[in-house]
Amino acid sequence: MSEAEITRAITFTVNGAVTDMHVEERFSLADMLRHCLALTGTHLGCEHGVCGACTVLVDGEAIRSCLMLAVQVDGSDVTTIEGLADEDGRLNRLQQAFSDHHGLQCGFCTPGILMTLSAFLADNPAPDEGHLREALSGNICRCTGYQGIVDAVMDVVAAPAAKAGQ
Amino acid sequence: MHGKVFVGQSVKRLEDPDLLRGQGQFLDDLALPGMLQAAFVRSPFAHASFSHIDTATAAAAPGVVAVLTAADLPAEMREKRILLQVPNPAISYPVTQMPLASKEVCFVGEAVAMVIADSRHRAEDAAEQVIVDWQPLPAAAHCVDALKPNAPVVHSTMKDNLAGRFSLGFGDVDIAFNHADHVFSARYDTHRGTGLPMECRGVAAVYDVVGDGLRVWTSTQTPHNTQRGLVDMFDMAEDKVRVITPEVGGGFGPKNQVYPEEMMVPVAAKLLGRPVKWVEDRREHFMTTTQERDQVWDVSVAVAASGQILGIKGHLIHDAGAYLPWGIIMPYISASTLPGPYRLPAYRMDVSVAFTNMVATTPMRGAGRPQAVFVMERLVDLIAHELRLDPAEVRDRNFITAAEMPYSMGLTYRDGAPVIYDSGDYPEAQRRALAGAGYADFKARQATALAEGRYLGIGIGNYVEGTGLGPFEGATVRILSNGRVAIYTGATPAGQAHRTILAQICADQLGIDITAIDVVLGDTGVMPRGAGTFASRITVNAGSSVQIAAQQVRAKVLALAAAKFGVAESDLELADGLVKITGAQGDRISFAELAKMTSGMPGYVLPQGVMPDLEASGYFTPPQATYSNGSHVAVVEVDPETGMVTIDDYVVVHDCGNVINPKLVDGQVQGGVVHGIGNALLERMVYDDDANPLTTTFADYLMPTAEWAPNCRIIHMESPTPLNPLGVKGAGEGGTIPVPAAIVAAIENALQPFDVRFDSCPITPQMIVAKIHATAQ
Repeated sequence: MSEAEITRAITFTVNGAVTDMHVEERFSLADMLRHCLALTGTHLGCEHGVCGACTVLVDGEAIRSCLMLAVQVDGSDVTTIEGLADEDGRLNRLQQAFSDHHGLQCGFCTPGILMTLSAFLADNPAPDEGHLREALSGNICRCTGYQGIVDAVMDVVAAPAAKAGQ
Repeated sequence: MHGKVFVGQSVKRLEDPDLLRGQGQFLDDLALPGMLQAAFVRSPFAHASFSHIDTATAAAAPGVVAVLTAADLPAEMREKRILLQVPNPAISYPVTQMPLASKEVCFVGEAVAMVIADSRHRAEDAAEQVIVDWQPLPAAAHCVDALKPNAPVVHSTMKDNLAGRFSLGFGDVDIAFNHADHVFSARYDTHRGTGLPMECRGVAAVYDVVGDGLRVWTSTQTPHNTQRGLVDMFDMAEDKVRVITPEVGGGFGPKNQVYPEEMMVPVAAKLLGRPVKWVEDRREHFMTTTQERDQVWDVSVAVAASGQILGIKGHLIHDAGAYLPWGIIMPYISASTLPGPYRLPAYRMDVSVAFTNMVATTPMRGAGRPQAVFVMERLVDLIAHELRLDPAEVRDRNFITAAEMPYSMGLTYRDGAPVIYDSGDYPEAQRRALAGAGYADFKARQATALAEGRYLGIGIGNYVEGTGLGPFEGATVRILSNGRVAIYTGATPAGQAHRTILAQICADQLGIDITAIDVVLGDTGVMPRGAGTFASRITVNAGSSVQIAAQQVRAKVLALAAAKFGVAESDLELADGLVKITGAQGDRISFAELAKMTSGMPGYVLPQGVMPDLEASGYFTPPQATYSNGSHVAVVEVDPETGMVTIDDYVVVHDCGNVINPKLVDGQVQGGVVHGIGNALLERMVYDDDANPLTTTFADYLMPTAEWAPNCRIIHMESPTPLNPLGVKGAGEGGTIPVPAAIVAAIENALQPFDVRFDSCPITPQMIVAKIHATAQ
């Protein structure tokens, strides 16, 4: 094993499950989630922190998992796209709104956008459209032209209490 | 008939639930036991030769299983190039890439060695230790310069950089120009950047020793082309090579070629006897995934005093990059798209295709059309400017009218058929777009704004787009013994929701819900022939094939049920997976029972002439392209101090014939327009004078974000085509095509007080400020 491959033991929570593991120090959080835990819903679009596809929540904050080292989540609470729907797989309000308003096409950037917006709406439950677009501007989507995403979020903002499927 | 109709409805996508939960299976999500990971050693030079690659250190690095160079490839692959997809006699040098370059590299990023290790990290570590004795050579960095005498040659084996030359046109251009009241000339530069799907490319492969077969997964728009490329490269039987596309995270054109990595990953899997995967990173994507960019047009237009166009002539130089994976299709599309919705009596375009030491250019969303539309619309605006006419009025005086349909242009399209516009009402499309944008009172609004020191402008972009190209895309429809319906097709989705669209078409024919249908896509193992997802062709081709196949299955269901019940077929109806006798109680049979009976159930005798299985295959073969059209109107505000452009309003009139799912078409148009905004204002792939790419991150190459995207107001017109059973035309690219034309016209209109002209795109703030300053001096 070369120096670059030194591992370290970490303990953290991912989508509610406590996880102990040894991880290479050089692994990004995205690499660890995808390759060590098979949580492949977190996608890598650029690996230089611009496109936002790899966004996950660490202690409730949206972060780019391509720019964070896996060892940095030791002791933290991580939520990925796999943690948004309930245990029966029922989509949450925001996910359902994306389907209702054609907020995704190829779906590759979608997990990162959902995680960014989850954190944003937790802090800003009633944004106006300009504020929303600013918050969304750190995520690149080549397919949708963003309008379906904006419509989905504004729908959630207008009726936050409504449950999926109702 | 059953009650519910799906075609024409904005039904929700079948694709969404998995993708929203992070359960979509993309290429990099594939993990097979024992799978090895690959990294490539790539050229740091735009042009160089080499004679020796030292792999010893890399091969001894931790975890490395093999390092392959061209010399290590099986004998049948050596010096062999990837299959040229579209040969053409006008091509001077029909050169495509080798799986690994063997002695010369012709663009930055061309691969010369492949490192295979037990992890990607280790493969990349070792790739840095491969040593190549590079001998840099002079590079050709711009298509115009590349065609000049004594320009550096792109490939050392060639005497010049002319990749191909052809002319096309009709009518007598000399007469047109001799009789013109006015002749106006201009040079237009267009630059298209690159496609940039959010998912980069990737390939995985397994070799089956027992069956001597390859199974290849690749993030492509065209699994059948990849299969053809592999069959040609390895000289294998087609049924030994199965190519499968997982979910594809965006395509936009660049995933519509066969790439060297799609040869190398399978050969490595075969040589090593283990699964191998390679996933492109974004830097590799900017260097090695095909782009579509530079064209330079020198054009003249002959005009009558009325503003009527009499003729257009000119010369187009197209940048091919270093190789021709798609031949010379794109400049051909450009030249044949130029006339657009306008009546053009005489036309001649001489086209030169130039090799340059940059990654190859191939069709990207719009595929040569945005450039042609930019040139034509800029010419029309030039006529309006010079003759002091309203730009909308000049267009009105030149439109082909609905009464003239079908309209024969006098050209041959890239499918070999004549350019015949099949349907559409171009004047009405523009009328509705202008009305939507409030064109009639815009001048008053503009004057009011100007009095406040604000510079508003309006611009128009009209286009006609050949879509739905053949030769075919097949589909099989089968009722399974569990009563569900399966659709199999070679068509590969990359966000367009093919599953939903094809299920809608099938559901209406069989009287079932779309959720009772499973669509299996993009797998050469389920559909032996296919072309791929490009040229806005899947709903036209695969959709029509599903319609034909589903109608045949329906007929078979009715025939079998009629025989069983001893009634006429006209007495039967299909609903919710059952065949019932109309009006009768009790007499019914399910699709599941019929499927079991016809799939070899002992004791059941098929009626004479009926083949087993409730299955039919269709291969719709369109006679020619079907022509979509549209009219875009952009309203912008320009800040002359900073050069910043804000899009205040964007109206789209879009006619793609009958609409299967309005919400999905709106999504294609909205997404397409925002892609076009990138082409108009942001996206510039910069190379230096030595052809080194300088914009290889998303921080350097700007794509539109949510703050750039207007909420397009989309107005549908539906002019059905007679050329396919659904009456549909392509919808995937029209959103993008006229955007640079409309936005650049709007910028120019906003800056009328400064009297500046723009002949290129994208237009950046620096260019606007520089132009205003230059004109003021």
